[in-house]
Amino acid sequence: MAETKTAYERVQTARSGKRPMGAYYIEHMIDDFVELHGDRRFGDDPAIIGGIGFINHIPVTVIAMERGDTIEERMKRHFGCPKPEGYRKALRLMKEAEKFRRPVICLIGSSGAYCGIDAEERGQGEAIAENLFEMMGLKTPVISVVVGEGGSGGALALGVCDTAVMLENAVYSVISPEGCATILWKDAAKAAEAAEHLRLTSYDLRQFGIIEKLIPEDGKTDREICSELKRVLLSEITRLSQLSPEELLSARYEKFRKIGA
Amino acid sequence: MSILEGIFGNRAVEQQPPRVCKKCGAEIPYKEYVAHHCICTACGTYLRMRAAERLDETVDAGSFQEIDKKLRGKNPIGFPDYQAKLDKAEKASGLNEGVVCGTAKIGGNDCGLFIMDSAFMMGSMGTAVGEKITRLFEKATAQDLPVVGFITSGGARMQEGIFSLMQMAKVSGAVKRHSESGNLYIAVLTDPTTGGITASFAMQGDVIIAEPKALIGFAGQRVIEQTTGEKLPAGFQRAEFLLEHGFIDMIEERPRIPYTLAKLLSLHRRAADRA
Ligand SMILES: [Zn+2]
Repeated sequence: MAETKTAYERVQTARSGKRPMGAYYIEHMIDDFVELHGDRRFGDDPAIIGGIGFINHIPVTVIAMERGDTIEERMKRHFGCPKPEGYRKALRLMKEAEKFRRPVICLIGSSGAYCGIDAEERGQGEAIAENLFEMMGLKTPVISVVVGEGGSGGALALGVCDTAVMLENAVYSVISPEGCATILWKDAAKAAEAAEHLRLTSYDLRQFGIIEKLIPEDGKTDREICSELKRVLLSEITRLSQLSPEELLSARYEKFRKIGA
Repeated sequence: MSILEGIFGNRAVEQQPPRVCKKCGAEIPYKEYVAHHCICTACGTYLRMRAAERLDETVDAGSFQEIDKKLRGKNPIGFPDYQAKLDKAEKASGLNEGVVCGTAKIGGNDCGLFIMDSAFMMGSMGTAVGEKITRLFEKATAQDLPVVGFITSGGARMQEGIFSLMQMAKVSGAVKRHSESGNLYIAVLTDPTTGGITASFAMQGDVIIAEPKALIGFAGQRVIEQTTGEKLPAGFQRAEFLLEHGFIDMIEERPRIPYTLAKLLSLHRRAADRA
């Protein structure tokens, strides 16, 4: 399939306030979802929804970034930018999933990790670092899906996985196009140009071998996209569940090891 | 001074120009500058050390064996003007990339060692830096060696896009395997350690040491001020702030760091090796 939109059009689509985020996919893919709260250390971060449910009768742990729909909800969820306690809750639930040999599905969509004094005080960097470290050794299948904007380290903290999936209009980047344009040309208005250079679309990442699956979106309804994603998740869960923990971890290591080798 | 001469090969140590303190402006003759651990002799400011200078005062004489010296960065996403930037950084720093890796002895203890150098594009992590550090951890795992890392970095290298971001995961995988093989990793954080480096191997050490007043954080200070409108508290994201909040083990004065490393390495020696 050829590239039909500019990179920045995809960035804008990925960020659109109308675009479904984590909660939508949980509602439409997962049965009997039970939400679990808190990191057992400091608090509960509403920017990340975590819990357990069935996907076609298979129990899975789902960890999803969610920005909310109404302005009140967005304030409460601080626009889907996770704080350290969000990443620590995610890791706690992943460890619980490992204990019960349950696959983990991570849904990523956020401009990045929350940026603020409190987040730094509670170790935003340490929280992300711990997730990268522990997810590399998590003995249960992990499938990460970028459904919206995959913003840098804050996205990667849920992105160490066995299969990486992107929706067609999702983007995944080391820096926002605005940030890149500001550094390069001292002009955030040149974001569209920066977006092209950053090669951040699902097509770019598939070409680079960074992601394994691309879910087509254009011309499809949200429900159709959701059911295609569910189909891909089920087939990956089936495939990954046949691997021994050693095979799984070794393949996960190699998936990242080959990037830029 | 053999290491320094090796790195500054084109210009002997005696001919190095004096260094200027970025804080007080004092001019310090180069020999005096390195003898004082690259700390300003006038005002005590910790100036940023080059990898060669750090190496020279950290490892036992003649023990350092560099690996992957020739590994260079590529332009994986075809980012405009990036190759020219790499060439310029290479000329300016005398290095092929932003990190120097090898094996060495510190106080008689064998270890893998990596030292980042901010003179090469702020020590930012692209695929070459990620690959070199990954290989070092893999080698250390295979040879049952502890790893000591001197870290300074502006974070991910934007010009390598998603490849740069993914190095955080790649290195973390190698650190994890090294850790699971029962080997020690000591991270020494120096000014500045920020962004994706803080959010990966800087915070994954069994023991984390920082230099006094080093800037260590994830989000940039200006970005935090602009997005939240909050005024940053005094000492925010400095080493002392991280110690107070429980994210590092200790702050060490620069001249003491080699001794502290030697002590920690020997404390972690396995029973079989001690015999
Ligand atoms: Zn001075």
